[in-house]
Amino acid sequence: MKEEIELIKDGKRLDGRGFDELRPIKIEVGVLKRADGSCYLELGDNKVIAAVYGPREMHPRHAQDAKMAVVKFRYNMAPFSTDDRKRPGPDRRSVEISKVCREAFDPVIMRELYPKAGIEVYVELLQSDAGTRTAGINAASIALADAGIPMKDIVSSIAVGKINGEVVLDLNAVEDNNGEADMPIAMIARTNTITALQMDGRLTKEEFERGLKLAMGACHQIYELQRAALVTRYNQNYESKKEER
Amino acid sequence: MGLEIVSDVRTDYVCNLVRNGKREDGRGFREYRDISVERDVIKRAEGSARVKIGDTDVLVGVKVEPGTPFPDTPDKGVIITNAELVPLASPEFESGPPNENSIQLARVVDRGIRGSEAIDLDKLCIEEGEKVWMVFIDIHVLDDNGNLTDAAALGAIASLLNLRIPNERYGLTGENTLPMRDTPVAATMVEIEGNILVDPSFDEGNAAASSVTVISNADGTLSGMQKSGSGGLKEAQIAEMVEIGIEKAGEIRGKYL
Repeated sequence: MKEEIELIKDGKRLDGRGFDELRPIKIEVGVLKRADGSCYLELGDNKVIAAVYGPREMHPRHAQDAKMAVVKFRYNMAPFSTDDRKRPGPDRRSVEISKVCREAFDPVIMRELYPKAGIEVYVELLQSDAGTRTAGINAASIALADAGIPMKDIVSSIAVGKINGEVVLDLNAVEDNNGEADMPIAMIARTNTITALQMDGRLTKEEFERGLKLAMGACHQIYELQRAALVTRYNQNYESKKEER
Repeated sequence: MGLEIVSDVRTDYVCNLVRNGKREDGRGFREYRDISVERDVIKRAEGSARVKIGDTDVLVGVKVEPGTPFPDTPDKGVIITNAELVPLASPEFESGPPNENSIQLARVVDRGIRGSEAIDLDKLCIEEGEKVWMVFIDIHVLDDNGNLTDAAALGAIASLLNLRIPNERYGLTGENTLPMRDTPVAATMVEIEGNILVDPSFDEGNAAASSVTVISNADGTLSGMQKSGSGGLKEAQIAEMVEIGIEKAGEIRGKYL
């Protein structure tokens, strides 16, 4: 058993947040020139950049799907993004996360419009502080929209966890390392459809249900931020086009 | 290409059956195939179990060896879980480095055991900072007929419960049984045509847009969960899956562990 570290004082968490409070989120759309779509996102101390290429010819060709586009999703941590240097390249954790993230977008990306094509999503973690996959999904969602990939909706993601016996939203690294459970989800906010769900640690059924509700509520908040970032970006585009004319 | 067309036809068939309240092998939606657990099947392994769920056949072997602890946990034993989808088990499996499916399988099984703190890792310390017991759980799939996760997870916990620590071989003394505190059991469900089916067969697994594995403990708490597949699920569906998962895990635990 881990020794109990005090993560909650006077009803507040160590970084001053309440139980149901997100870390600050900052979003910038269209930050890379070569990519077809891109997004820089901060979730607390997480710094992540996502780029989308495609739809374009799928390589290798034997991996093409005659009926729909194939989505490739690569979640990657920069070697300097963690306390102990992360060995470069994919490891088992990142392979699993890439799969879960890709599947989180399967219900929204209209892959049937681009048979034989590939849509590539690259997520690079530059600085990590727990909840990296949720930050990555949020950024990828916006990068996909920025690339003009036809989607039924955008996907929003956040984790809930348990620290000092309390179910709380959006764990940071200290909380994650000393917490009892962590449960990241991804959701289509408009329809309340859950597209990714993982849990590790230990939760009662009641805690799980409460956590799921908390995370779903937070996804609605994140959805609004994602939407606002896209609207801001495309207003800028519109204004600069007007000036050119 | 040939396999793809066949699987489309099978998918339509499975979905049609489910719409009419049926499954291809005549089971109810909440019914597992027959399960068998055979223990200590490999003499060289410290713990082993061969689990069959219907025609799905998974062999789990556990090796225990002294090794160096991780620097951040100098006084704790180590669990390493690995899964191999060897080409003998399915025409779809290829040899080569582990792909995302085998990695996911291993990591979900590992998560359940770790999350429940089923093994008391403190008791696997031989000499702090120098030597601890390393527990290698290796999942070897022999015949993939659907729902590898539940078979692998059951094989892993069954192996651990029967395991003998090889103290004598390394000139050590101490307890020969593994310090086990819990019995996490996985139950996997799929959603097809709005219905929840437990223990998906191979075709059902392919036909389903999403599957959820719920791992739960003897006291009904959850110690791991994973949604897989390209579909979306509603809150109520997930809540129902958790409910069913805990119930099914309880039945399996009672009968086979």
